[in-house]
Amino acid sequence: MSELIQFLFSGVTVGAVYALVALGFTIIYNASDVVNFAQGEFVMLGGMITWFAHEAGLPLPLAALIAIVLTSALGVAMNKLAIEPARGAPVVSLIIITIGASIFIQGTAQLVFGKQIHTFPAFSGDTPIHVGGATILPQSLWMIAGALAVFLALWLFFSRTLLGRAVMATANNRLAAQLVGINTNFVMTLSFALSAAIGALGGVLATPVTLTAYGVGIGFALKGFAGAMLGGMGNPKGALLGGFLIGLIEALTAGYLWSQYKDAVAFVVILLVLFFLPQGLFGRKTTDRV
Amino acid sequence: MTPTKAIIAGLFVLAGPLPAVAEIRIGASVSATGPAGALGDSEAKTLEMLVEEVNGKGGINGETVTLVLYDDAGDPNKARTFATRLIEDDEVVAIIGGTTTGTSMSILAVAEDAGIPFISLAGAIDIIDPVKPYTFKTPHTDRMGCQKIFADMQARGFAKVAIIASTDGFGASMQAQCKLVAPEMGMEIVADETYDPKDSDMTAQLTKIRGTEGVQAIVNPGFGQSAAVLARNYRQLGMDIPFYASHGVASQGYIDLAGAEAVEGFRLPGTALLVAELLADGDVQKPAVTAYKAAFEGKFATPVSTFGGYAHDGFMILSDAIARATAAEPAAIRDAIEATTGLAGTTGVYTYSATDHLGLDLSAFRLLEIRGGAWTLAE
Repeated sequence: MSELIQFLFSGVTVGAVYALVALGFTIIYNASDVVNFAQGEFVMLGGMITWFAHEAGLPLPLAALIAIVLTSALGVAMNKLAIEPARGAPVVSLIIITIGASIFIQGTAQLVFGKQIHTFPAFSGDTPIHVGGATILPQSLWMIAGALAVFLALWLFFSRTLLGRAVMATANNRLAAQLVGINTNFVMTLSFALSAAIGALGGVLATPVTLTAYGVGIGFALKGFAGAMLGGMGNPKGALLGGFLIGLIEALTAGYLWSQYKDAVAFVVILLVLFFLPQGLFGRKTTDRV
Repeated sequence: MTPTKAIIAGLFVLAGPLPAVAEIRIGASVSATGPAGALGDSEAKTLEMLVEEVNGKGGINGETVTLVLYDDAGDPNKARTFATRLIEDDEVVAIIGGTTTGTSMSILAVAEDAGIPFISLAGAIDIIDPVKPYTFKTPHTDRMGCQKIFADMQARGFAKVAIIASTDGFGASMQAQCKLVAPEMGMEIVADETYDPKDSDMTAQLTKIRGTEGVQAIVNPGFGQSAAVLARNYRQLGMDIPFYASHGVASQGYIDLAGAEAVEGFRLPGTALLVAELLADGDVQKPAVTAYKAAFEGKFATPVSTFGGYAHDGFMILSDAIARATAAEPAAIRDAIEATTGLAGTTGVYTYSATDHLGLDLSAFRLLEIRGGAWTLAE
């Protein structure tokens, strides 16, 4: 029994990271149908800038805030400098631009922060909490709480606020959104700012557990993307559940079956879901008017 | 990413006393950026520093050494291109480099074809086994790492071992070597787990090992970020099975990242370079180790690494061979390298022969234990 609890703890810890990355994908996707592959770099920057500022002597909360604000500004810059000039290009081209941005950010981070692995202290210490013979780190609880809070905020934003609905409208039909008076440029800028901020928050919360280095972004982006696909791209509820599900599948496979195949099993599950439920578990149905 | 930027060619043309003197051109291709950047960076710095040092002392046999250094970013294709360029355009007499096993294999193919001596800085045994005429290497092999660990386990009376390895090249190769030598050394592998180098939690695998009957010790073939995360997970679970890490984590960074408390009592095979201060005064490696450590840390203000030590030894072997060679020609240098005997470097004492292009034995590894956040000698 204690083994099972430990596997579940392991799964939700990893799942919280995936969920935070997956949640970051949803906003930009909702605003523009673009999957932003630089999302993982936002996570990396969140951790790296926090480490950098903390190392420079700033208190941890202030360092974390600076990291989130700076990363968010970088998200806006990426939209203004890379995505907006290519407006009108097909979605695939925009996705390729985000991959380019990801490589650029990674290279710059390598020059600015160096190639070493970094970390900073956990928020509430490193003493594990014992539950039923298993243990979980306090930082894992922070990560899970962070993922839930971001989900709740996003869900309220998209369903209860005018601005959130404007984002959805922009994704649905940019021209029609403009016609009813939505400033679509502003919506795009906002979505990049929010996505980057969520990614950076993920990095801030996860770094004490996962550690960080200039190259960690791609790994996060791939697993987070898998979580988002499993849950249904663009749906915050799907992103949250998809992220946690992938984490749990991995942990249970590694625990009860073979650790050699845990990544393979996670991706097989995703393939099966996409095969039988192409929109993911909670994705919106696409209906094309002809 | 931008190899041209990283090219540091023609480092030293001393506009000094003897402009007409001949020069010895040495080539190097290391991975100063990319996935193995942390390793290759210190190798590149070491080579530049040593060439400067040698030229400051009047060169080798009175001839100035010119280093042509390329950054292959860990890409075997780039390494192959650079090796060809070093031989055909830069006309070097020997090549040092190949930070990773992959890049080393590319370079050795080119060097063997052209008959240019090549000293590799990568770990895998395949580089020198079977022996190739022009290829040598300085680091230990992962098989030796396993043997050193198992020998210590034998001494402590352990026979049932759990392996938890990362799935990257280093982890997979060492895991295979450990499984290969385990029966010879009377070790039984009772649990065999893996994790991805990008994983952020390995408590599931560790819990499985904890639940396995009779595990007496754990071996972790792995390095870098994931090895540090694994050490933290091990402590989080409150496990107390004796833990052996690999020589891949032998740097202060491992202790700092995992936390001194997490890795207290961990053992691993490492080089003399890590414990320079602890070496006995009569130790044959002490002069080389302390001199390199002082020079490197004085110049770059960063701690020495095992990997920079590999480059140091490679350059030391090569310059020693050139000084002894009958001519500064590739074939004569090759013969001189093969005749190297009892040369003490930072990694070990090198004695090459026609059948041994590794030149090291198990005595080169020191068994280290982490105590109070610092390395100590366990032997």
